Amino acid sequence: MFPAKFAYAAPSSLQEAVGLLEDPEAKVLAGGHSLLPLMKLRLAQPKLLVDIGRIPGLSYIRTEDGHLAIGAMTTYREIQLSDEVHKQAPVLAEAAHEVGDPMVRAKGTLAGALAHADPAGDLPAVALALGGSVRALGPGGERDIDLDGFFVDMLTTQLQEREIIREVRLRVQPPGSGAAYQKFDQPASHYALTGICAIVTLNGGTIASARIGVTGVGPKAYRPTAVEQALVGKSLDEEGLKAAVQTVADGIDVQGDIHASPEYRAHLARVLTRRAVVQAAERAKG
Amino acid sequence: MTQTATRLPAVHTVGVTVNGTHYSREVEPRQLLVYFVREQLGLTGTHVGCDTSQCGACTILVDGIAVKSCTILAVQADGTEIKTIEGFAEANGKLHPIQQAFWEEHGLQCGFCTPGMVIAIDQLLRDNTNPTEAEVRRGLDGNLCRCTGYQNIVKSVLSAGRKLRGEEPFEKPDTALADASAH
Repeated sequence: MFPAKFAYAAPSSLQEAVGLLEDPEAKVLAGGHSLLPLMKLRLAQPKLLVDIGRIPGLSYIRTEDGHLAIGAMTTYREIQLSDEVHKQAPVLAEAAHEVGDPMVRAKGTLAGALAHADPAGDLPAVALALGGSVRALGPGGERDIDLDGFFVDMLTTQLQEREIIREVRLRVQPPGSGAAYQKFDQPASHYALTGICAIVTLNGGTIASARIGVTGVGPKAYRPTAVEQALVGKSLDEEGLKAAVQTVADGIDVQGDIHASPEYRAHLARVLTRRAVVQAAERAKG
Repeated sequence: MTQTATRLPAVHTVGVTVNGTHYSREVEPRQLLVYFVREQLGLTGTHVGCDTSQCGACTILVDGIAVKSCTILAVQADGTEIKTIEGFAEANGKLHPIQQAFWEEHGLQCGFCTPGMVIAIDQLLRDNTNPTEAEVRRGLDGNLCRCTGYQNIVKSVLSAGRKLRGEEPFEKPDTALADASAH
């Protein structure tokens, strides 16, 4: 299976890459593990691929100002193996381990996943739950885009046509918090039929704060803020939590396909949100 | 073609070192690495199974990391060091410990998935020299076998791990004949 014909450029700097994106039919190639399959199926037919894989210095993970700063070419494999990630936001490593398979994780990138905004991708849910921003470079310079609001619709983000993610900045897990990623996956592709990331802090036996990221349910990853608020002050008993997570898919255009109906996905979202909150709370207890 | 695209060359030169030999070939940008290796370099041990990055038959090592060569462009591999299944056995025919374990544990039937399996397992056992059975099964997530039901492949990985750690001889005494005579 071959993609349709395209031209290929491998710029040596991000500025040069942004310049090449003046071609309206150009696409950025990072790990290529979402884009190339789409091109083979001719669902995407860019006329120019701008490969940012040869630009030096785009593969790194470091902690600055309470954030994990992760370079554009950093792969899932590097995230999984990073001591810094295990220390600052272990849930990110846990979720990275849930993506695809080992060979896919060796090429696929976090920044690419966020830019691609697959509605069933794992990392968008985790990025939303952690919070932070996407640092993008465009013709007008650099800007930080808050992750809240970054995902606009299916496969659509706030990135402008000529903008490239330079770095993903995710808040480190707050002290005393626990976090978990719970996923029910499509067993062949390992995409999430539903995936829930929960980050919880406790005050004695009750929940002091909760942040939830949801993927696989609607056309884009989202935070169910009503659920986050309903969880505050709740103890960890099953009935109370069931009530608090009840609205997790409310107001969402829940997707259905041959693998799962909308009703089933909404059900999974409620069950997995409760499980993720319980697991996160157990981890918060230490 | 748009303006920028027409300024760019229709073919690119890709230079790679594969199993210690340097090759240089002209490719179209859309040439996939697996076809580059098979058809332009003539190394057909790497297989095309699903061509959709699910089955793992095309797995090779690029700069020491196991990847699916059906989902990488040949141009992306320019300047890299590649190892394919042809690079695993020694020149005198002595098998790699993983291959030896597959031989002893009957880890293959038709053999189509085996090159990709061996290379994925090479990565797995470098990442984790003493995996549990569950870790082995999880680690083989990206490789499909339609013959064996995986039982003997998992046995092969565990045996290969023991061989590589020096806990099991490279060649196990052949117990098959002794077993057969007992029946």
